[in-house]
Amino acid sequence: MKLLYFAWVRERVGKADEDIALPAEIRTVGELMDWLAGRGEEYAYAFENRKVIRAAIDRAHVKPETPIANAREIAFFPPMTGG
Amino acid sequence: MTVTIRLQREDFDAGPEIARLVGARTDIGAIVTFSGICRDHEAGHSVTAMTLEHYPGMAEEEIARHVEEAQKRWPLQGVTVIHRYGRMVPGDNIVLVVTASAHRDAAFAAAEFLMDYLKTRAPFWKREEHGGATSWVDAKETDDDAARRWTAAT
Repeated sequence: MKLLYFAWVRERVGKADEDIALPAEIRTVGELMDWLAGRGEEYAYAFENRKVIRAAIDRAHVKPETPIANAREIAFFPPMTGG
Repeated sequence: MTVTIRLQREDFDAGPEIARLVGARTDIGAIVTFSGICRDHEAGHSVTAMTLEHYPGMAEEEIARHVEEAQKRWPLQGVTVIHRYGRMVPGDNIVLVVTASAHRDAAFAAAEFLMDYLKTRAPFWKREEHGGATSWVDAKETDDDAARRWTAAT
């Protein structure tokens, strides 16, 4: 599974992307955030306030309860500030 | 319907973009153009520069989804959206939205709809430079409210 991080999520994690083999019991985007937060200090910092972090599966916005089955690419980022 | 969506580091010029959208058509009665420009202040402090980060691939797709939605809601003849990324200084262009329709109400409404959604749904993030420091710009509640009015029950 390819994971991507943007803006301050990227800075806190310390990398822009990574390939990770996920445990089979992780079923949703929210469960993935919980699992990531336990991977080390930098992840705990990046995902400390999970309510504000947005996610996308294969380049489309999703909610924390969205299943991650069949996803190729999952991105995590802060609320958007473009325009 | 002429749709142009571009993400680019380079500057843009609204004039030629309007001319390209109109082309040889004579059925267009209204063109609305919105330009977003990097300003030198934000919430009481000065801004010396800003850098726009984006999610390549998703940014284009997300803008395209909203252009499609705008087409469903209003009788549009053309839409151009150009969003820049990279570092910008005050006075620089950031974003251009051009909408064309037979009548002005559709062109005005579609341009506003597209900008409201670009602000809250398109994957771009601004990082400001002020003095010697930099900080990520926080999302604004007022932008969320602006986007929400398009989904409010009528």
